[in-house]
Amino acid sequence: MTAPPGPHPGMPTYLGMPSFPVAARGAVADSQLRANLAHATHTIRAKRAGAVAELADWEQLRAAAKAIKDHTLAHLDTYLLRLEANVTRAGGHVHWAADAGEANAIVAGLVRAAGADGVVKVKSMATQETGLNEALAADGIGALETDLAELIVQLGHDRPSHILVPAIHRNRAEIREIFRREMPDAPPGLTDEPAALAGAARAHLRQAFLAAQVGVSGANFAIAETGSLVVVESEGNGRMCVTLPRTLISVVGIEKILPSWRDLEVFLALLPRSSTAERMNPYTSTWTGITPGDGPEHFHLVLLDNGRTAALADQTGRQALRCIRCSACLNVCPVYERTGGHAYGSPYPGPIGAILSPLLRGVTSPVDASLPYASTLCGACYDVCPVAINIPEALVHLRAKVVDAKREKIFSAERAVFTLSGRVLRSPRLLAAAQRASAVGGKLFARSGRIRRLPPPLSGWTDTRDAPAPPPESFRAWWARTRGTRS
Amino acid sequence: MRIGLFVTCLTDTLFPDTGKAVVTVLERLGHQVDFPAAQSCCGQMHFNTGYRREAVPMARGFAAAFGGYEAVVTPSASCASMVREYFPVLAAEAGDSRLARAVAEVAPRTWELSVFLTGVLGVTDVGAYFPHRVTYHPSCHSLRMLRVGDAPQRLLRAVRGLDLADLPDAEACCGFGGTFAVKNRDVSAAICADKVAAVRQSGAEVLCAADNSCLMHIGGALSRQRSGVRVMHLAEILARTEEVP
Repeated sequence: MTAPPGPHPGMPTYLGMPSFPVAARGAVADSQLRANLAHATHTIRAKRAGAVAELADWEQLRAAAKAIKDHTLAHLDTYLLRLEANVTRAGGHVHWAADAGEANAIVAGLVRAAGADGVVKVKSMATQETGLNEALAADGIGALETDLAELIVQLGHDRPSHILVPAIHRNRAEIREIFRREMPDAPPGLTDEPAALAGAARAHLRQAFLAAQVGVSGANFAIAETGSLVVVESEGNGRMCVTLPRTLISVVGIEKILPSWRDLEVFLALLPRSSTAERMNPYTSTWTGITPGDGPEHFHLVLLDNGRTAALADQTGRQALRCIRCSACLNVCPVYERTGGHAYGSPYPGPIGAILSPLLRGVTSPVDASLPYASTLCGACYDVCPVAINIPEALVHLRAKVVDAKREKIFSAERAVFTLSGRVLRSPRLLAAAQRASAVGGKLFARSGRIRRLPPPLSGWTDTRDAPAPPPESFRAWWARTRGTRS
Repeated sequence: MRIGLFVTCLTDTLFPDTGKAVVTVLERLGHQVDFPAAQSCCGQMHFNTGYRREAVPMARGFAAAFGGYEAVVTPSASCASMVREYFPVLAAEAGDSRLARAVAEVAPRTWELSVFLTGVLGVTDVGAYFPHRVTYHPSCHSLRMLRVGDAPQRLLRAVRGLDLADLPDAEACCGFGGTFAVKNRDVSAAICADKVAAVRQSGAEVLCAADNSCLMHIGGALSRQRSGVRVMHLAEILARTEEVP
């Protein structure tokens, strides 16, 4: 059995990504990028800790959110049908998409049926995942990102590198250059002052909002009991998109569902504090089907699976479907801080991406087989997760899946090493023999108690770190010599 | 109390002085220490790299070697959390009910040294003397898996002559991560560089931790830079006295 060349076509724009260590090499070597990321992540990390510390019942909120999501996921069929019934009753239309291709085709068909050749978009992870913009472009439909950071990414012909701050890898000077190069109506003499950059984007987007016939959004939450959708944002551009166009299309992952409005309360307390370190986000838009004379005349909800049902079938992995895309785990991750988001080969970078992408796409491609290993298992992500996803547990679970998927292969050097070391490490007798051998071997490599160079793959260690020289006598040999083998 | 010492394969092979120090401290406090020679490795490296099947015999070996002790003490927060957190998972996955019963019996009695001293024995002053400026790195597994809290720092503060220096951004990972250090060598080295800078900034002569794996990692970089900062396991500092410095 040979592995396919790239990730699962569920995320078509990321086909053919190399493994994480290879993809990360450039970013790790870019000291300016690392300094920018360190500054940004440390700032938001400290602010989040402050915002969370204000709530005495944070742990109870977290436990409640986990329980609500677990209950909903366990009864997903019930709540999805309830959502569909209530969206339909409120005048909306519900479409079911098994994968990215189906979702994109449904959206493209709806845009053409509306007689439009362009859409304005609310920041949406689901449509990043399906590669909607690229699919629409192939159909001759233009998609304009209206979230400021997503606009920067789009104009820069770039990819997002953070869930909340997609252009975190760009500095002000770069953004000014992108605007001057790609935005025809950018004012002459545009400076890199944040207010000036935001002003230029505002003027650029305003015309598009007023002219748009179709808006495309995702949703942070879908409320089954009333068929309502909820979008949480900071800029108000999302609200423009969900209110001004005549047709609104929302592409929503099936795990975004909540049973009732009472459940939403818990998440509206957790999400802004975890995400932007705000007590409350500036704009929370909610809508239920259509309201004659107010807002869009046509509303379509596209419910997206794209690997979620497979993830739900994984007993350890399914907890990743609790994710509310806050990005707190990215901001505390020692790996993300050094690599940025592009190496993760999906719109979901950082610790959550390292488990979510292999769960949604499987573990056969080079990038998906490497993602579960893109972590030191330090556990900082689990501590900050507002829905208590045990990311380290899911990572080691997925590592076993990666290893087991390769077990049929006739030969793997790594497996040979682990099989042999496993035999030695489970046998006190063989371990003692290996210790005697390493004491002799250590003398060959060591200079004044340190080893400065080892052969591959251990050169990965000694390129930047000395290794300790094995001592002449192991602990077990010392014990046997001085105390006898008492037990 | 009759204590079984789980020295761990890494400390056994590369850092025997840490094992000797644990024996010294526990015997000084009046306890009987055994080293069951049937012990080997907890299997964490295999488990964490995805070789779960290969880790099961190691869990069986551990349970067989340490059954019957009142307490099992180990100088590794990382290995202690493997036993306490993941042995039950391994036993359940292997469908081995005998192993599950043995683990249920031995895992709750397996303690990392600082937790055992402060939490089980209720001791913070172990009679140590170490007149040096020391900084403490709270390893990730001690902090976020085992939740040892400030037990190691309380033990260090009670050491006569010891000057405990603050470590900037102390709770940040050192970038070791077991096989991560080799599989993602560039990222690992980049994380370690920041930890080493923090250690040097602390002005300490000695870097201390409750895990030799992290110390081997940070110490390897400190040594490569010829920084002059030594690394010492917590047990080795606690073993020092004015009589035997």
